[in-house]
Amino acid sequence: MITTTPEPLEAAAAGPMARALRRFRADKIGLFAVAMVCLLGLISLTFFILDRLGIPWPMDPNATNLERKLMPPNSVNWLGTDNLGRDVFSRLLNGAYISLTVGFVAVFVSLFIGVTVGAIAGYFGKWVDNLIMRIVDAIMCFPTFFLILTAVALVGPSIFNIIVVIGLVSWTGTARLVRAEFLTLRESAYVQAARAIGQRGRKIIFRHILPNAAAPILVTAVLGVPSAILTEAGLSFLGFGVQPPQATWGNIIADGKTYILDAWWLILFPGLAILVTTLSFYLTGDALRQAVETRSERQ
Amino acid sequence: MSQPILQVRDLCIDFVLEDRTIEAVKDASFELAAGETLAIVGESGSGKSVTALALTRLLPVPPANIKRGEILFQGKNVMTMDAAQLRQLRGGKIAYIFQEPSTSLNPVYTVRSQIGEAIRLHRPDVADVDAEIVRWLDAVGIVDPAARMHDYPHQLSGGMQQRVMIAMALACQPDVLVADEPTTALDVTIQAQIMELLGSLKERFGMSVILITHNFGIVSGFASRVLVMYRGRIVEQGPTEEILRHPKHAYTRALIDCIPRLGSKEKRLKTIDHAAIAGA
Repeated sequence: MITTTPEPLEAAAAGPMARALRRFRADKIGLFAVAMVCLLGLISLTFFILDRLGIPWPMDPNATNLERKLMPPNSVNWLGTDNLGRDVFSRLLNGAYISLTVGFVAVFVSLFIGVTVGAIAGYFGKWVDNLIMRIVDAIMCFPTFFLILTAVALVGPSIFNIIVVIGLVSWTGTARLVRAEFLTLRESAYVQAARAIGQRGRKIIFRHILPNAAAPILVTAVLGVPSAILTEAGLSFLGFGVQPPQATWGNIIADGKTYILDAWWLILFPGLAILVTTLSFYLTGDALRQAVETRSERQ
Repeated sequence: MSQPILQVRDLCIDFVLEDRTIEAVKDASFELAAGETLAIVGESGSGKSVTALALTRLLPVPPANIKRGEILFQGKNVMTMDAAQLRQLRGGKIAYIFQEPSTSLNPVYTVRSQIGEAIRLHRPDVADVDAEIVRWLDAVGIVDPAARMHDYPHQLSGGMQQRVMIAMALACQPDVLVADEPTTALDVTIQAQIMELLGSLKERFGMSVILITHNFGIVSGFASRVLVMYRGRIVEQGPTEEILRHPKHAYTRALIDCIPRLGSKEKRLKTIDHAAIAGA
């Protein structure tokens, strides 16, 4: 007698999540980038909590000491001091949470708007799609950074306002992407099959279409974080960001630019912090894209 | 004979495009008796799939436009049904199996989750959904259904995927099963298995079946009645035996001639000469 037993070796880890994880684990650069992102997250959280508890470690980021101003990196001030004698290392660590908070929350806001708008346009099509996409086109006509700059100048430069403004302005790309995914998936055979078993429209959107569009949405989300971080740094550099004395990477550079020839450490270290952070996110997003790419496997 | 389960009268379907209107189905009228197997045969673009989708108003409107005609399911007019009634009809009364099993299953869900969805939609009184899933997977001949139901579509072969699609359609216990080219994407040996399976399931559960195909070869021995469509029109309908033996329309004859025969002296496969048919 012939008995066939289904092979269990693959069955345990065959879902789309498991497959993506398996591929991600094989990506050395991606793993390193994720480790960096986690480390940055941990650092920001730690120093945010220390700040709130009033524990000045390694030093009070806002304590001025004019006797030790513009000191190059040394054994006390590892990354030197600025023109007011504040410790650059402490300020960098203290400002880290601003960058990451702005990055994550702004992306969340833009994702929420972008996915909703894109899904509506893509699923309903026809004049709904036309109307929405023309509005999106109109918004995209404005240079994003100047739009943000103007909006922040109008509503005032608090961290909350900056997050909301970045989120409100940067959802258009996500909306376009989600719309395109929905347009394709709406015509797919399994959506047709779901309609044929009498599933309702709402369920088709959330159960059948959205999960299949999740991979590209996730990737744009992760890639949106560094761009929000850069925007915030740019705003801070121009003085429209989070206001002093709160340290942010952008305003440390802004303060240091006057001394660029005498005190290179004021520019270099916050610049490196921004670079490493954004690069980590970009590399994570890139690795993620490769891990969740399913099209090559769909026959 | 009792009242037919499905009646289609003078169905006309247009596709309205930007620059022109295409008449996909013209004055189609036919009936389906309870427990009967009807084959709709025709080449690509003859309107057979459009007709099938129109039965539960699954065609996207626009571009499709059901210009005229009546579709009665158990005496109720499908054309005047509201959204909720249509959802009841789709899957619950008239279920579909499509051509491409590999794309008809959602790649991100397991077999269990997809068949379960269908059961919960149409048979909310089923308490043990898993047991029901296993029962139907077993009925369509899937070995070790309790383990297999946790598989994702890509882990199954094409034949197994189509079996899952059939299980999903049957799990809603429909009165009519519409099989739209169910074997076109499968290779020939699997084709025979699937057709045999459909035949035995039909006997077992006593439903009506509409088989849509371009292949006269799989019609004989499966369908009791045949309906031939050509360029949106039903050109001929009648008992399978009779149509196979005495095709009246030139197109039917041409279609039948297209079936390759073992031992035939012909050097080349037959193709259809449309000019000759139009002239006939």
